[in-house]
Amino acid sequence: MTQKTEGGDVRLAGISKTYGSFTAVHPLDLTVPQGSFFALLGASGCGKTTTLRMIAGLEDPSTGTVSLGDTDVTHLPPYKRPVNTVFQSYALFPHLDISENVAFGLRRRGIKSVKKQVDDMLDLVQLGQFAKRKPHQLSGGQQQRVAVARALINHPQVLLLDEPLGALDLKLRRQMQLELKRIQTEVGITFVHVTHDQEEAMTMADQVAVMNGGRVEQLGAPADLYENPKTTFVANFLGTSNLIEAEVASTTSDVVTVTCGGAKLKLPNARCQAQTATGDKLLVGVRPEKVSIAHADDADSIPDGRNRITGRITASSFIGVSTQFIVDSPACADFDVYVQNIERDSRLAPGAEVVLHWNPEHTFGLDADQAIDAGVQSVEDAS
Amino acid sequence: MTVTEAPPATEEPPVHKVSARKRLVPYWLLLPGILWLLVFFALPLIYQGSTSVQEGSLEAGFKVTWHFQTYWDALAEYWPQFIRSLLYAGTATILCLLLGYPLAYLIAFKAGRWRNLVLVLVIAPFFTSFLIRTLAWKTILADGGPVVGVLDALHVLDVTSWLGWTEGSRLLATPLAVVCGLTYNFLPFMILPLYTSLERIDGRLHEAAGDLYATPATTFRKVTFPLSMPGVVSGTLLTFIPAAGDYVNAELLGSTDTKMVGSVIQSQFLRVLDYPTAAALSFILMAIVLIMVTVYMRKSGTEDLV
Repeated sequence: MTQKTEGGDVRLAGISKTYGSFTAVHPLDLTVPQGSFFALLGASGCGKTTTLRMIAGLEDPSTGTVSLGDTDVTHLPPYKRPVNTVFQSYALFPHLDISENVAFGLRRRGIKSVKKQVDDMLDLVQLGQFAKRKPHQLSGGQQQRVAVARALINHPQVLLLDEPLGALDLKLRRQMQLELKRIQTEVGITFVHVTHDQEEAMTMADQVAVMNGGRVEQLGAPADLYENPKTTFVANFLGTSNLIEAEVASTTSDVVTVTCGGAKLKLPNARCQAQTATGDKLLVGVRPEKVSIAHADDADSIPDGRNRITGRITASSFIGVSTQFIVDSPACADFDVYVQNIERDSRLAPGAEVVLHWNPEHTFGLDADQAIDAGVQSVEDAS
Repeated sequence: MTVTEAPPATEEPPVHKVSARKRLVPYWLLLPGILWLLVFFALPLIYQGSTSVQEGSLEAGFKVTWHFQTYWDALAEYWPQFIRSLLYAGTATILCLLLGYPLAYLIAFKAGRWRNLVLVLVIAPFFTSFLIRTLAWKTILADGGPVVGVLDALHVLDVTSWLGWTEGSRLLATPLAVVCGLTYNFLPFMILPLYTSLERIDGRLHEAAGDLYATPATTFRKVTFPLSMPGVVSGTLLTFIPAAGDYVNAELLGSTDTKMVGSVIQSQFLRVLDYPTAAALSFILMAIVLIMVTVYMRKSGTEDLV
């Protein structure tokens, strides 16, 4: 594709959506930089799809404005916006063949010779030989690519993707994630991607906005969100976090020392998201893969200066590349630890007394006024 | 099934037995319907076919003489009634489509929680008999009645008289009255299939069309209407076919000048007692409708729709 789209950032200023007394989206400011792959991540009902639909013009915001570059498009109907959507269930036109589905947008704008563009676009999504088929004759993955082609052919300023991979099985989904990322890099169009799959958001997006209860909890690059969650929701929703309720013992400008269950833990003051006066409550967190596990007999060999917690293994599961341990400690009842399977210690079995230790730099602190289990995905959510 | 087999041989045969039984199930399920159609459709059809090529009189009895001349005579004498039947039925079908489509669209997409109520209202006329409804129209359209009064005052009747649809300041006993009656009586047969096919359309297709730069009007032209074609086809068939053979509306709301072929068949059978002519007329009507429907279905290309 040689054609570059003009335009600019997508800017949402104070947009909100209420249905009667229910607020789907609280007033929200968000800027999606031009050419970026932006993900709106959250559990179902968090307002991410409503936000997307307001950008598309399929939903009128209750307050606020939507701008594309310098143009305010808040009151433009969808068919006048330079924005296209890949719908969750694809919404392909069942009475039209694949090439007519793809040509739909071009024809509506009065473009007569669409053949070349349609062929090129079908080649981009590797569906050239299916041009004359009807949508129902294609598999889910193929339909999904038709939906992408049908939207992309219009060179929109922004491509909106509403859970585009939700209906695909895991393997195909992984494949399509790479495919979409490749297409985005190739065409350079701004993608706004709505998903409930945190792994999908992290692998594809440059920027992720984590939404919860109609609000953006945190916005940032995937690695930044993962390493420095600002709320318990983000800490739990993106990957897994071990959160420990602790009390601040002392504070310097660099280091905060906390106590919990008899253990003394240190963390960098810079990674603390809350007030840290002595005696304050604080939630201390660490990611499971940052933690090392040693048998209690080897406790002396642990270098000084590391955070330590003692406990007993309650469960372990072998996952191939790693082993996952669940450790019961006075500080935290279900402490997750992932250990790479390099040299396996046969003593580390359920019932064994262990010492968990990690670099204090890898510890983060969160405000204790929030629910400690916010964003923990229940079994049925984790699809 | 008899249990005569030796126990060791029960490995394979029982499987076959079950499948043989299963194979017969569809035929057993078909049987009542087939019997019904045989007795009440196929046999009468054959009987009528034979009647149409008989000659004779009621006193002397009728005999099969393969007298096909009856067909030509019937057609030569009653062609105006045939033309009129097709014209009235066609007009009524188009009126039904024009009235029914917006209503079906409204019920399918805009009625919200009133949907079921409106559907019941569409079907409500069926709670009274066809005959009584048509008789009611006789009262509604009666000379000096309110409808005639209003239309006369608005000079609508002058226009329709000039077009030849009505006569003077009368509505009853005019072509317009017959077409109105047909339209009214067959309207639900149009609305229900239209509603069914419109209701099946995924609302997201409308959003997708809007998202792809189609104005609401274009969305209707390019997405909604093509997808509702199965409903349009079955609705027009369910309206046109019975309307073409109808005689109640022509009898009750029309005059001798608005006789449709249904009335002719009825009077040939029950008053003139010329059974061969009546049977021949029935067959000609059936053939015409069959040909028209076949051509129409080919043209509308509904087999291509999902």
